Amino acid sequence: MSKSVVEFENLLSTSFSDSNKSVRTGVQPRWERRRQQQASYLDKDRRPPLSNHNGDRFIPNRGGTNSELSKHILRSDGTGSSFDSQDGDSNGSSVNDSKKDTYCNNLSSSLLGVDDMTKQSRVLSFAEKAPAPKGDTVNNLSVLYSASASATQKKASTKLVNRSIPSAPSRILDAPGMMDDYYLNLLSWSDTNVLAVALTDTVYLWNASSGDIQELCTIEGGGQDAHISSVQWVQQGGAHLAVGTSTGMTQLWDVNECKQLRSMDGHSDRVGALNWNQHILSSGGRDSRIINHDVRLSRHNVATLSAHSQEVCSLKWSLDGTTLASGANDNMLCLWDASATNSSRPRFKFTDHHAAVKALAWSPHERNLLASGGGTADRSIKFWNTQTGALLNTIDTGSQVCSLQWNPFEKEILSSHGFARNQLSLWKYPSMTKIKELEGHTSRVLHTAVSPDGSTVVSAASDETLRFWGGLFAAPTKSKNQREGASFATSSKLSGIMQIR
Amino acid sequence: MTKDAQINLKGSVAIVSDFFFTAINSILYQRGIYMPETFKRETKYGLTVLTTTDQGLLKYLDQIVKQVEEWLLYGDVQRLVVVVSGADSGETLERWQFNVTIEDGAASGENKNPNNSTVTSNKSVKEIHNEIQAIIRQITASVTFLPLLNEPCTFDLLVYTSKDAVVPTKWEDSDPCYIMNSQEVKLRSFTTKIHKIDSLVAYKEADEWDL
Repeated sequence: MSKSVVEFENLLSTSFSDSNKSVRTGVQPRWERRRQQQASYLDKDRRPPLSNHNGDRFIPNRGGTNSELSKHILRSDGTGSSFDSQDGDSNGSSVNDSKKDTYCNNLSSSLLGVDDMTKQSRVLSFAEKAPAPKGDTVNNLSVLYSASASATQKKASTKLVNRSIPSAPSRILDAPGMMDDYYLNLLSWSDTNVLAVALTDTVYLWNASSGDIQELCTIEGGGQDAHISSVQWVQQGGAHLAVGTSTGMTQLWDVNECKQLRSMDGHSDRVGALNWNQHILSSGGRDSRIINHDVRLSRHNVATLSAHSQEVCSLKWSLDGTTLASGANDNMLCLWDASATNSSRPRFKFTDHHAAVKALAWSPHERNLLASGGGTADRSIKFWNTQTGALLNTIDTGSQVCSLQWNPFEKEILSSHGFARNQLSLWKYPSMTKIKELEGHTSRVLHTAVSPDGSTVVSAASDETLRFWGGLFAAPTKSKNQREGASFATSSKLSGIMQIR
Repeated sequence: MTKDAQINLKGSVAIVSDFFFTAINSILYQRGIYMPETFKRETKYGLTVLTTTDQGLLKYLDQIVKQVEEWLLYGDVQRLVVVVSGADSGETLERWQFNVTIEDGAASGENKNPNNSTVTSNKSVKEIHNEIQAIIRQITASVTFLPLLNEPCTFDLLVYTSKDAVVPTKWEDSDPCYIMNSQEVKLRSFTTKIHKIDSLVAYKEADEWDL
C-alpha cells in the first residue's frame, strides 16, 4: 500500500517536471534562477539577464502554455529518466524510472483507456497466423476448477487386490490447531507406536497402544506466531524426538524424561523438514539450506548443503542411508550423497516438477526407487531411478500431492491430496492404476504416517482431524483377525471421536 | 569478472530472443492452447521447460523470433505481446506483455550499427539465467490464479516497434487487442544490462454472471 503511494507521488513529481521543462513556462526553482542570475552577472557580455524574471514569488505563468500539448506530454512517458536528479545514485533511479514508466503506462491505460505506447510505436503482427490448435483442446487444467466429484471419480471395476480395503476411517481424533501450511511436517509415528503431532505451538504424543496423551513441549519465546514447524522420531527406539521450530532452532527431546536434551542452531528461519539417518539429523529450513547435524557432537553442524533457492519442505533419507532426497519450493528435487560436505553439489538435481516438491517416499521394495509428488501447479507423482537419474514414470493426479507413503507389504503407493476432493488415493505400482480412493477429510490432507506394524495409516488434514485408516496396508497372506489384533489391541476401548487436546 | 564472460549486444539479443521463445512456449503449454502431447521436455535455465514439436507452430515461431532478433539488434523492439483469444468469439482473454527497455549506454539512435557496437555487460550468464528461471516459474505458477480458458483458444503475437523500424512486407499493423475489465499481475523482470525485460500478464476478470 505504502509503496504505491510513494510511486504515485514520484509520478506526480515527474509529470510536473516534464510539463515544466517541455513547455517552458518559465517557472523555475529559486535556486536554479539564482544560479542562472549569478552566471549572468559573471559574463554579462555574452548572456543577457533573464527576461521572465518574476521576483521572489511563485507566480505560474500560463500565458505561454499550450494546454493541449502539455496534456499530451503529461500522458506520454519514456522521457522521465533525466529529470529526477534528486534520486542521487544512478542505479536506484533507473529502477525507479522503469517502475514509474510502467506505472504511468498502467495508470493512463486504465484511466484513459488508451495505451500511450502506441503513440510512439507501431503495433505489428505477422501476416501469417499461427496454425490453429488441432484436435480436442479441452484444457487439462480444468481438473483444478471443476470440483465435481462424480466427474473425476473412476470406479475401479476390475479387482486389483484380494484383500478388503476400508473405505471409512477406523478412528477419528480431533487435532485443534493443526496448521494449514503445506510446507510443514507435523506428524510422525515412532517404532514404539507413539504418534507425535504438532498443533501450532505444542507437541502432543499419542500412544497408539494405550490411547494415552502426553503433552511433550510448548514453544517458548519467538513472538506471537511462534509455532512448531516439524517433528520427526529417531529411527529406532522411540526415545528421542527432533522438533523444528519457527525460530530456526532444531530441538532434541528425550521423550521418557520429557526434557529437552539440546537445541541446535544453524537456520535463520523456520525448520520445516527433518529426517534422521542413524545419528545424523538433517534439517531443512525456509532459508533454503539443508543442515546435517551429528547429534553426538558438540559441534553438531557437519554439513550445510545449499542448492535450493527457496524453502526446503521435504527431506527423506533412503532406507539404506546412502542418499538424502530433498524437495523445495523452488520446484527442485535434489539427491545428496551421505558423504556430502559444505561444498558438495547434489548428485542429481531434478527440475521436472512444476510446483513445490513436498511429497517424497523411498520404495521399501526396490533400491534406488524414489517417488515424488508436486504441488498445485504440478499435480503429478513421478518415479525416479536415483542411481541413474532416470525419470521412470509420471502420472497426473489432478490435485495437489501433499504426501506419499509406500505400502510396506505390497507394491502400492498411497498419495494424499488437496483441493478439490481432499482424498487419499491408493495406487498399484508400477501400473499406476487406482485401487481405491478414501474420502472423508473436508480439507487438504497435509500429512500421513504409517504405524510401526505397517498396517494402519494416519492422515492429518487442515480440517483439524486425524483419521486412522486401519488395515489399509496389510499383507494379503495374514488373516484378518491377526491384522486387527496387531494394529489396534485396544481399539474397542476407544471409540468414535476423541479429543487430543 | 573475466573478460570472456562479458556479454555484447549480440549475446544479449540472443538471450532475449531465446527467452521469448521459451516464454511463449511455456504460455502455450501452461494455458493449454495446444495439446499437451505435442510438447517435449527440455532442460533450460536449470528448469524443465516444454517446447512444442508441432512443425507448423515451430516454423511460425521461428519466423517471428528471427525478425524480433533483427529488430532487437537495432533497438527497435519496445514490446512483445502474446495475445490469447477465444477461437470462435475472437475476444481477447489474456495478454502476456514483455516490455523491452534498452539500458543506458546500449545501442540506440546514432549508435545503431550492431556490428561495431562496443557495448558489453559484465553480468554473468548464470545470473541472467537465474532471473529468467524466476519468470518462467511464475508463468508456470500463474495457472493457480488465472481464470480457466474454457473455450478453444488461439494466440497471436504483437510486436511494438519504434516508428522508424524497417518492416518486412509480411508484417502488418494490428490493433493492440486490449482487454476490457482486465486484471493485471506484474511478473518478475530480468536484465542483461543491455536489455531489460519486464513482464506482465493481463487477463479478463471473470464475469460475475459466469460464476
